[in-house]
Formats: sequence, C-alpha cells, structure tokens
Amino acid sequence: MRLASVDARGLALGLHPGMTLADARARLPGLPVHPADPARDAAALAVLAAESEMFTPMVAIDLPHGLMLDITGCAHLFGGEAGLMRRIRQRFRQRGYSPVLALAPTPDAARALARFGGRDCLSAEAAETRVLPVAALEAGEETLLALTRAGLKDLAALEACPPGVLAARFGAGLVTKLRRVLGQDNARITPLRHLPECLAERHFPEPVLAFDAVLALVRRLAGDLARMLEARGEGGRRFELSLFRSDGQVRRLVVETGHPCRDPDVIERLLALRIEALADPVDPGFGFDSVRLAVLASEAFGQVQPDFDGHRLEDLALEDLIDRLSTRFGAARVLRAEAEDTHDPVRAARFVPAQSQTAPSLWPEPEPGEGPRRPIRLFEPPQAIEALAEVPDGPPLRFRWRRVLHEVARAEGPERIAPEWWRVEPGTPSRDYYRIEDSQGRRFWVFRQGFYGQSGQPPRWFLHGLFA
Amino acid sequence: MPATMADPSADLAFRRVRLARALLSDRAAPADPARLPARIAFGLPALDKALQGGLARGALHEFHAIESADAAAAGGLMLALARRAAGARPTVLVRQDFLERETGALHPAGLPELGLDPSRLIVVRARDVASLLQAGVEAARCPALGAVLLEFWGDHRAFDLTSSRRLALAAQESALPILMMRVAAPVAPGAATTRWEVRPGLSRALEARAPGPPCFRLRLLKHRQGLDLREWCVEWNRDRAVFESRHAGDAAQDLLHDRLQPGGASLSRAVPALPADRDPAGERAGSGFRRAG
Repeated sequence: MRLASVDARGLALGLHPGMTLADARARLPGLPVHPADPARDAAALAVLAAESEMFTPMVAIDLPHGLMLDITGCAHLFGGEAGLMRRIRQRFRQRGYSPVLALAPTPDAARALARFGGRDCLSAEAAETRVLPVAALEAGEETLLALTRAGLKDLAALEACPPGVLAARFGAGLVTKLRRVLGQDNARITPLRHLPECLAERHFPEPVLAFDAVLALVRRLAGDLARMLEARGEGGRRFELSLFRSDGQVRRLVVETGHPCRDPDVIERLLALRIEALADPVDPGFGFDSVRLAVLASEAFGQVQPDFDGHRLEDLALEDLIDRLSTRFGAARVLRAEAEDTHDPVRAARFVPAQSQTAPSLWPEPEPGEGPRRPIRLFEPPQAIEALAEVPDGPPLRFRWRRVLHEVARAEGPERIAPEWWRVEPGTPSRDYYRIEDSQGRRFWVFRQGFYGQSGQPPRWFLHGLFA
Repeated sequence: MPATMADPSADLAFRRVRLARALLSDRAAPADPARLPARIAFGLPALDKALQGGLARGALHEFHAIESADAAAAGGLMLALARRAAGARPTVLVRQDFLERETGALHPAGLPELGLDPSRLIVVRARDVASLLQAGVEAARCPALGAVLLEFWGDHRAFDLTSSRRLALAAQESALPILMMRVAAPVAPGAATTRWEVRPGLSRALEARAPGPPCFRLRLLKHRQGLDLREWCVEWNRDRAVFESRHAGDAAQDLLHDRLQPGGASLSRAVPALPADRDPAGERAGSGFRRAG
C-alpha cells in the first residue's frame, strides 16, 4: 500500500506521494491515513467547479486536482484581479481546502505556475514562467531525463534553444507546450457547461436566507435579461436560474417556453411555478451568496400585432398556458396529437410535447352518415378475449372480456389491416377488425389475428379499443 | 402553434385548409368569450327546453360512469359536448394516468370521427388526482380555451368540497365550462351545477346491422336549479354536430327486429370482406354488402 497524496503538513515532515505506507508509518507511528477514493475526489472537484461558476461562467476541470477559470471580463465585478483572487482563496479556505492560486495569461502558464511555482501567483504581471523547472512542461519521465542530462534546467534555457532542434529531438508537442507555458500561444479552455446566450447575476454582500428576497431579485434579473434580449432582437426559449449557496452547493432550475419570450413577468411566474412544483424544496442552508439567471437558448423574437379577429392574442394565451402546465408537470405530460401517414392504427396518431413546434397535421375526414371508424380509447398491447364467431370469417357472436360476457347485437367488418411488412417480423398475421356493439350499447373494436384453417391452431381474438 | 411555425409554407397550407373548412361548414369560432352563448345547447330541442337552454357555460358539470366499461361512452359524450361548447377553440383534456391502464389510452385518430379536430386538443397526463385538479384550475383560467375536460377514477380524498368549489369558481370567472368525468365514483355532494349519469345506448343500426352513430343514455342526477330529474336517450350526429333524439323504445324495437331477422351479414369496409386466399363459396353471397374496396 502506498500513499496516494499527502497534505501540506505531511510534505513538511518528509512524506511524499508514492511512498509505501509501511515506510511512512515507520517514520511517523501516529500517522493518520484514509483510504484513497478517486471517485469521491472527482465528485468533490465537480462540486467545487459548479461553485466556481459564481466567479465566471467559463470553468473547466484541470485534472487531476485543479480547476481552470477563464476570468476574462469578470475581474472587475469583484474589485479587480487582486480582489477576485482574494475572494476565491477565502472561499476555498472556508471549505477547508488549501488552494494554490495562479493567475496567468494562458491556461497552460497558470497550470505550470500553480503546480511547479511553489507559491501563489496573484497577478498576471507577476506571472513569470521562465524560471520554472523543465518538469513544468509535464513531458514525461524520459524527456525530462534527456533535458536534464542536456543541462537544460529551466524554461528560459529551453527557450534559448532553436525550436527546430527541440522539435527534431523531442517532437513538435514539446515546442507547442513550451510556447503555451511561456504565454506565446493561447489554447482556450473548454468550459464544463455551454456558455449561456446571455446572463444576469447579483452577488450579495452577505448570505441571504429569505427566499422571498431571492424571488424578488429574480424578477429584476429577468428585467435585465429582457433588455439584453431586446437589444439582440431575440427571445429566450430556455432559462436557467442558478442559486449559489454559501456552503458551495449550487441549485439549478431550468424552465422552457414554447415560443421565444422575454417578458419578465412570464419568466418570473414560470420560475415560481417550477420552484413550487419541486419534489425537494430549495433549501437555503446558510443562505445564498449569489443568484444568476441565464438564457441557455434563444430565438428571433417577432413582435406580436393583434390581428382583426384576435386569434393571435388567443394563440399567445394558449402558449402561455402550455408553458405553465409544462413547467409544473413536465413537458412530457403536456401533449398534443400528431397524425402519421400510416394505416397501422397504433402508429396512426402519436403524442408529442405540446411545447415542441411541429407542423400541424391533417386528420382524415370522417365519412358523412357513417358511424365512427376508429375508437376513442385504445389498449396497447391489445387485450386477449375469448370470442365465439358464428362463421369462421364473421364477427364474434359473443365474447368474454375481463370475465364479463358480452352478447353482440351489432357488428360491422371485417376491415383487414395487414402489418407493415417493412417493420415486423415476416409471417406476422394480418388482423381482421370488427366494430361491434353489445346488447347494452357498449361499442368495441376487436380483431381476429390470423385465419381459420391456416395453421393448426384457431385464430386468437383481441380487444383493441372502445368506441364512444 | 401555427403562428410560430418554423416552416411558413406548412403554416400557410394549414391556414388555407382551416379557412376552407371554416367556410364550408360555416362554423368559425366567435372571437371573444362574450359572444359565446351563455349556455351550451345540446341541439336537441326537448332536452334544451328541459334544461332551460342547455348546460351553463361558466360552471362545473359532472358526468358519472358507474361502471368502468361505461367510461368510454362518458368520455365520448364529454368530447361531443366539448365540440358543442368550444367550436374551433382549443380544448384541454386532463387525464389521470390510472385511467389509461383501466379504460384504455386516448386514441386521437378517433376524435375526428366524433367531429373534433385533434390538433385543437391539448392532453395533460396527470400522475394523481391532486395534480389533475391543479392542472384543471390552471387551464380554467386561460381565456383562449373553449372547454376543460377532467377525467379521473374513483373516490378520491383530494377531490373534496373545497377543490370542487375552487373548480366551479374558476369556471365561473373565465366563463369556461369544466366537464368532469368520474369513473366508478360514489355520488357525493359537490359544487357541480349539474350531475349526470352516462350509459351507452343501443345505437341505431345502419344497413346490415352495422353499429350506427354513438348513442348515450343520460340521467340527470342533480341540477342546481332543481329541475326535473329525468332520463334522455340521445344520439350524437357528428356531421351536424348536434345531439338528436333517440327514444329508448326505439332501441328495444331495433334489437327485437334484429333478433327476428338473424343472419344479416356483417358489412365490409375499406377492404373486401372476402378472403382473397380462400374459396369464398362457403360464404353467403348477395347478403347486402354496402360497399367494397
């Protein structure tokens, strides 16, 4: 068993990662050890990454145990770079971490400074990577050994070498890495989460416990967003509210709208509905530090002009209702029917979320003077019934469904519906559908699968639907 | 919705069809709720007269299916009434998930056969009765709707006097009818303006004993204004979108008539009835097929 990682005090006492546990115990008999758990480390890092999003929306995890924050254009919100670094350090120390911070013009330089600089580097001006050892390039044991043997100790010495020679000996990767660490080449980070289209946020000077105050703030943020969206001529389709708790937990709530929207009232109402419908209520814990409202998806927003008959405004009221219901019950529970061009009765109609924008479908027109051809209730899968038919190809005379015997008074059929051969197993029998009515007036849609006399077994009967 | 369609040509085509249909059938929706009549007439003079013009629009109406097998009939009646009440306006139907297992899932392809446009129907699947009632109240506040339909199973403590009153008030405020179907539920006091028991009736036979248009037996169980509690047998005429009279006596006679004349062959529909793969000699020929192919 070996030490996976050692804290600052352990390092000071001469322990280092990779040492066997027996050696470490021999030196320090009372050494407290905990089993390494990389999965929980990764989870803790993810939580820290989510929390760091209160400083900038661009956060990436820098394995194995770093976080990379792109603070371009964010520092002024926290009183400049120095203020931001102070705030970050204070926050992480509160959590019990001992962070090493480095601010540098490029991500690679910041990483090299944090890992090999040996101390904090709190401003980009002070970011001097030339004095770092060649190990800061993280180029692997062999390369490191070769570089050291060649007498190249730090990056300044490496920089002095002609790049062509370095590339020929160690590959182009090393030269690229060197340029990046020296800040001559900038490789952007890939943030963990997509950057929102636009966002509005507020930081509280003190953690806020009252949830009503947070909701009141949401309205002002929605107003800010509305102005931003208006300037862009857009409306949001998906909004995300992030609540940053002072203990590092981040709660995110997403609401969607069926049409582009930027009305602060609507956004606030949808979010309030979403919060109300939560199975686990939002727990303020020790208070919220900051609140962010972001537009994750937006679309061009057309100004609405009411038409003469007022249909346009009605459509809007309906879309509002659909949004509210979808927010409260989930988009998969608020549905609209869509017709499919197929003769398979099960596939002829399907439900899609009412929020999705789909082409309106044309439904088959009924025949005048006829009874309904299709049932209003469908059982899928069809329910097996025991039926007795007068003639082999005729409708049933009586049948038993759910232990109740029904005497057939009226019947029409068959309507033969063959399965779609390009979808089903070959040999799937076709179905002869009958519309039947029992002596009490209940109307059923039953079918016989297969034919009499074709295979050894008699065909089976199923009940597929109910008519009004 | 059509107005926010991504593809403008599809939207245009849809609007054209909608306009053509509206012109042909002359059933364009009135623009504002004030112009909708205050009562939903069945279209059957005798019944409307007994109800003093029909069902009140801004009110809660309960439809009871005593047995679960009658739920389809009650659902069909509610859809037909929604068609009368809403015209071309959208309708919201809230169904409890449990009903799906017990009485079958809603099949949209059956709605045009009752005269409803499925694209004007928004279906909300409610996990339980509490959320069903929430959705019902929420929908009842929307001025753009024509009717709100609620369907749920059995006796539920979430549906008490308070929630029934809340629904009735929401209906009254927005002048929107809330039609509620209750399956296998005891009749309990509530804020409903009318309460009906719905059973299917034996339909008028078409040629060769084919089942005809849907027929319902309605029994008025309660009316706020204390009207006579009577029973009616009505038939839904989808083509004219009205209810028509069908006397219970007719049905009995029809049945008798059928019994006396056995052996009427069943009818074929869109496909031929005769099996193509076997010798049809055994079939009874010439027994009045209406149409084939």
